[in-house]
Amino acid sequence: MTADTKTANERTYPAPNISLETEAYWAAANEGKLLMKKCSDCGKTHFYPRAICPHCHGGNTEWYEASGKGVIYSYSVMRRGATPYAIAYVTVDEGITMMTNIVDCDYDALAVGQAVEVTFRQSDGGGGHDQAIPVFRPT
Amino acid sequence: MSRTSKAYIAGIYEHPTRKAVDQTIPQLHAEVAIGALADAGLTLDDVDGYFCGGDAPGLGGISMAEYMGLNLKYTDSTETGGSSYVIHVGHAVNAIAMGKCSVALITLAGRPRAEGVATLGPRDYGSALPELGFESPYGPVVTNQYGMAAMRHMHQYGTTSEQLAWVKVAASHHAQHNELAMLRNVVTVEDVVNSPMISDPLHRLDCCVISDGGGALVVVSPEIAKTLGDRCVKILGHGESIKHLNAGQVDITYTGGVVSGPIAFAEADLKPADMDYVSIYDSFTITVVETLEDLGFCEKGKGGAFVSDGNLISGTGKLPFNTDGGGLCNNHPTNRGGITKVIEAARQLRGEAHPKVQVPDCTLALAHGTGGSIATRMGSSTVILGRNDA
Repeated sequence: MTADTKTANERTYPAPNISLETEAYWAAANEGKLLMKKCSDCGKTHFYPRAICPHCHGGNTEWYEASGKGVIYSYSVMRRGATPYAIAYVTVDEGITMMTNIVDCDYDALAVGQAVEVTFRQSDGGGGHDQAIPVFRPT
Repeated sequence: MSRTSKAYIAGIYEHPTRKAVDQTIPQLHAEVAIGALADAGLTLDDVDGYFCGGDAPGLGGISMAEYMGLNLKYTDSTETGGSSYVIHVGHAVNAIAMGKCSVALITLAGRPRAEGVATLGPRDYGSALPELGFESPYGPVVTNQYGMAAMRHMHQYGTTSEQLAWVKVAASHHAQHNELAMLRNVVTVEDVVNSPMISDPLHRLDCCVISDGGGALVVVSPEIAKTLGDRCVKILGHGESIKHLNAGQVDITYTGGVVSGPIAFAEADLKPADMDYVSIYDSFTITVVETLEDLGFCEKGKGGAFVSDGNLISGTGKLPFNTDGGGLCNNHPTNRGGITKVIEAARQLRGEAHPKVQVPDCTLALAHGTGGSIATRMGSSTVILGRNDA
């Protein structure tokens, strides 16, 4: 699947920095999947995804597909600049909290604790490739 | 009583400029260094230890040492953003106690206003940052990160915009007496909450100023302090910490002060109630509220109530803070406010603060720095200081 079309008057998403450790995350995002990483040794999920588990420090971490469901932990609507946007932390069902944007929403109606689900936006293609970015929208 | 101090702050200097169109960054570093050394009764020739943060041009302190003509046997370029210089104070104490140096110079300087640096963009810390790809697409800038911290604190503890506003109101009461302060008008709670929304729930007047300038500190051994007179300030305790997003177990309602504060108080054998004055890093009003809670000045979550009704205003409140006007009103040189926090605390302990804000018989004080972002990862540092006879 391709990333959803931006709504009118939505900001441009800078392309993410992709490293050897995170290639799989971004490749999956381009297929409409949100991946998480957990440790095969201690079983715990961590974020952002790493080759070395930050909980038990083991080197056996593995990818799995997340539910894409979560709730807003906190947010802030940036009112300065050309286009307002909502930055947020979303706590996903897998138990970690990740930075993201909330889209397809009324910025004045957002609330901590609000249920959201993952969707994707296309980055601005910096570096000659398009990249899907996981963002969230109210369910 | 006379408390033991392994080292003293002998010299302080705050650069008077707020927009340095005619000076280079190295020049500003040298000016603040010379100013602080003159304040101590010393010169650059006396310095044998140099401490600087990432604002110093060059690799650590190497280039600035050359520019200033320093002959060094000790250096430390610990970099934790705006709190670096509070950490440097602690590290200077350690170095002096170990006999590694005896006159430690700490400098901070920069000119973001003169260079027209925008603050709406993310700061560039290099492409190898492991978290970069998981944050930069979402537009995290300083204001909306602190906005998220404030929003969560409000949700979790019932903190209000009016309570946050009291922090700015108190700072403005102090800044009116500081002729160098960028914002000298006394403001009200209504002024703050009616100022334009920058990033919910933070208004323009919840945010600190952007300024050029800098400051310097000179930390010396007890032996040298004895020769310099009673304006030397005791360094009684120091703590530092790094707090981060903890593998995704995120809690942005507290700061690294929960670790650095108790360490500093324990080293000084003192408690929050003993403090006559506090300098609290005030990048935003929420920074002060979270920090005061974390340092133990009030119960966690009660910081909003604690700062309300003028409680931080010198002369009327129970805990006078940032009597120079702080980052919210006075200055925030090159987006790093740690050094000015230590400088104003030292002024208070010398009895050299502005008479309108001087705390009577100020004997014990605290200075706290927060570097990085309270909504992601930060370096925190606390120092406990005492008057020469404390």
